[in-house]
Amino acid sequence: MENIEITQEVKPPNTSKGPVKWLQNNLFNTWYNTILTCFALVFLFFVFKGVFSWVFIQAKWEVIPANFQILMIGPYPIEHVWRIWIVLWTLAVLLGLSAGIWKGLVLRISTAIAGVGLIFLLVPLDIVKNSEAEYATLEFNINIIYLIFFKRRWLLGCLALLVGTFFIGRNKNGLKKWIIGGWILSFPWTMIMLHGFGENTVSTTNWGGLLLTLLLAAVGIVACFPLGVLLALGRRSKLPAISWVSTIYIETVRGVPLLTILFMGSVILPLFMPGDFQLDKVIRAMVALTLFSAAYMAENVRGGLQAIPQGQVEAAQAVGLTYPKTTLFIVLPQALRAVIPAIVGQFIALFKDTALVFIVGLLELMGIAEGIVGGNPNWQGYHVEVYVLVAAIYFIFCYAMSYVSQKIEADLGVGKH
Amino acid sequence: MNENTTNDPIIICEDVHKWFDDFHVLKGITTTFKKGERAVICGPSGSGKSTFIRTINRLEEHQRGTIIVDGIELSNDLRNINLIRQEVGMVFQQFNLFPHLTNIKNITLGPIQVRKMSKKAAEEAALALLERMDIADQAYKYPAEISGGQQQRVAIARALAMEPKIMLFDEPTSALDPEMISEVLDVMRELAHSGMTMLVVTHEMGFAREVADRVMFFDEGVVIEEAAPADFFDNPQHERTKLFISQTLQH
Repeated sequence: MENIEITQEVKPPNTSKGPVKWLQNNLFNTWYNTILTCFALVFLFFVFKGVFSWVFIQAKWEVIPANFQILMIGPYPIEHVWRIWIVLWTLAVLLGLSAGIWKGLVLRISTAIAGVGLIFLLVPLDIVKNSEAEYATLEFNINIIYLIFFKRRWLLGCLALLVGTFFIGRNKNGLKKWIIGGWILSFPWTMIMLHGFGENTVSTTNWGGLLLTLLLAAVGIVACFPLGVLLALGRRSKLPAISWVSTIYIETVRGVPLLTILFMGSVILPLFMPGDFQLDKVIRAMVALTLFSAAYMAENVRGGLQAIPQGQVEAAQAVGLTYPKTTLFIVLPQALRAVIPAIVGQFIALFKDTALVFIVGLLELMGIAEGIVGGNPNWQGYHVEVYVLVAAIYFIFCYAMSYVSQKIEADLGVGKH
Repeated sequence: MNENTTNDPIIICEDVHKWFDDFHVLKGITTTFKKGERAVICGPSGSGKSTFIRTINRLEEHQRGTIIVDGIELSNDLRNINLIRQEVGMVFQQFNLFPHLTNIKNITLGPIQVRKMSKKAAEEAALALLERMDIADQAYKYPAEISGGQQQRVAIARALAMEPKIMLFDEPTSALDPEMISEVLDVMRELAHSGMTMLVVTHEMGFAREVADRVMFFDEGVVIEEAAPADFFDNPQHERTKLFISQTLQH
């Protein structure tokens, strides 16, 4: 025993054996596993074959380019589409600058968005709806140039701004405050820009499609978060009045279906409004979604608040931090970090819940899709294609939120420190 | 009395009582701590010693009697409480570092947010404190990445960064592995010699004998006996004290 040196290095046993060995060990190690593996392979083959043949042979995708515009923006008048592009340009500038300043995750998101933009720039999705003749008569080269620099000039500008502002924003850390302010102001700016002012306006009844879905979801998500945090703090407040009001609000809203709240916002709320005053339908839906989500958000946040040991608060008090500062710097950062998965789950639920605004007559993405396959005789029997596209759009946005939350958790070192 | 002790009282406790529901934890504590004094408070668990020092910066509210810290009476007045907390640093048994902040940010948070110090000045001061604690190389790590003894020294630096007049230690070495106790006690010893007023709840009797001006023995919410360490350990007056000392010194 005395001969053993504790400094001696011992390598762990080599357990990697290559893919063939892995297959043998995991999929074909016993006779019944071999049978199960073969069954699974046959099953997967038929599933893939079915999906493949539907996507590339049976599906009649012409319904998508023909209705692309209405799916994206609903009945928004085409002569006003520049308004949407101005909003997108604004967002591109903000995103580009943010990517340049914060890099990391923001840069990755921007790159993904730029990639999607590039695909739309180059793929002739909406050309198919024009006659085959028009497509064929143009020389290929000219067609591409025409496509990119004329038909897609807004999108091209958008991408150029995104990339350009990224290079401008690099390492300009002094701009941080302004950019955050810009993001906050982008909400009223978007609403004003889409609506327009003076005589030439676009009524919100014409807002629809993915545009409306994104608007409802973005406003709902951004507004329900602070409201939820305040309600969670309120429910734990030592002042009985605040605690009761918060608790009653949370429990009441959670006890009622979203449909009911949307319906109440649309039918009952106007009864309390003075005289002819009419709160806009889209605003009412936004308010209803926000108030509904805030109640759930509050309970998610409260779960995080309860996980914070009392010692953390005592340590903060012992250095003289006041209650608001203790909450802001010590309690909330830790509480929110702990419940990121639940919060993002709530955001995703809210995103999908926007589909319910059809009850108050708003035509968001799902409502428009319904209208195309149900209302337009030209496109009867195309419902699977349309619904698959809608599902894909929902999935992309929801998965993006999930991905971002995972990266944020990793960046914050959740579970490590 | 040590060379730094003055005759100016800095903490005056007058008949301090405290109940947890019906349980009478503090049964009329009357005592005065002088500026620069080092007091060690010991006693069996549940004797109220931790509760007592926690009343001094109002982590626990006393329900009867008066406590005057640095000329300010502790009442329900939030401004007074916050003023006193700025002058009283506290070190906890479980360190209670903020896990989501780096060590240096743990230290600078108070000076920046409460003392309104500039970020740069606060960081310089924090680095100097970490140097004094002999852990300057751990400044930009997170608390979970350093050892318990190092965490407790960061916690001491965090309290000292507020430049307090009084330091409270609530069993600062009880949660530490044995080999880390001495590194924390060394820092406390150094602090004692710098003239800081210190109230230390601890079971480290060697530390008490060496550093303290006064040892107070708590049992069942009252001060049974208090004396200079030499008298306290070599010539205890009460049976309870004798029993406690013999039990503590056994191991």
